[in-house]
Amino acid sequence: MKVMLFAGLKEKTGEGRIQLDTPSSLTAGELKQEIYMQYPSLEGDVFQIACNESFVKDDHIVDENDEVALIPPVSGG
Amino acid sequence: MMKQFEVVEDPIDIHQYHEFAINEKQGAVCMFTGHVREWTKGTRTVHLEYEAYRPMAERKLAQIGEEISERWPGVITAIAHRIGKLEISDIAVVIVTSAPHRKDSYRANEYAIERIKEIVPIWKKEIWEDGAEWMGDQRQYHPDLEEK
Repeated sequence: MKVMLFAGLKEKTGEGRIQLDTPSSLTAGELKQEIYMQYPSLEGDVFQIACNESFVKDDHIVDENDEVALIPPVSGG
Repeated sequence: MMKQFEVVEDPIDIHQYHEFAINEKQGAVCMFTGHVREWTKGTRTVHLEYEAYRPMAERKLAQIGEEISERWPGVITAIAHRIGKLEISDIAVVIVTSAPHRKDSYRANEYAIERIKEIVPIWKKEIWEDGAEWMGDQRQYHPDLEEK
């Protein structure tokens, strides 16, 4: 599954887009666990999952064809 | 040509958003501009960098406009947020809210900036003389999620 990263998460991993080894669909909560396991440098970082430009809850099913992004706490304005 | 809700890289020309919100029904226009501040709690900022998840950010700005229309019918909203490198006193965001009467335009305008700080995927990096850091909302969550 391809996942987009922004701001501090992007800087930490050095990548704006990462490729995760996951089933073709899983819950957003499971995806978070996979991210922390496959990218230990992100441990302790807080983020929400966005699917197709909308925030989703942990029980939302994420599909590999979705546009998936990690959204750290925002600071616009 | 400006869009009603947009993320831009160039300096913001506030007048076009102001113009956009005016029509024969509107008797009041409230315009807020947010600027890069040099001093925050004793620390000097050299400059700022903003980054956005651009399509989602514009979608969320439009959502704020819809929320405002539900709460204050008749209000017209236009919002632009700049990204990239910004210098001290540059305009980071402009919010224009117009209404038939002034009270709704003031209320809607404050609502918009509060919502931007909650749900719009834009991030600010503060660059100081001796370091830099990506800033995050201290609440560390997106209130958007709790409303669904």
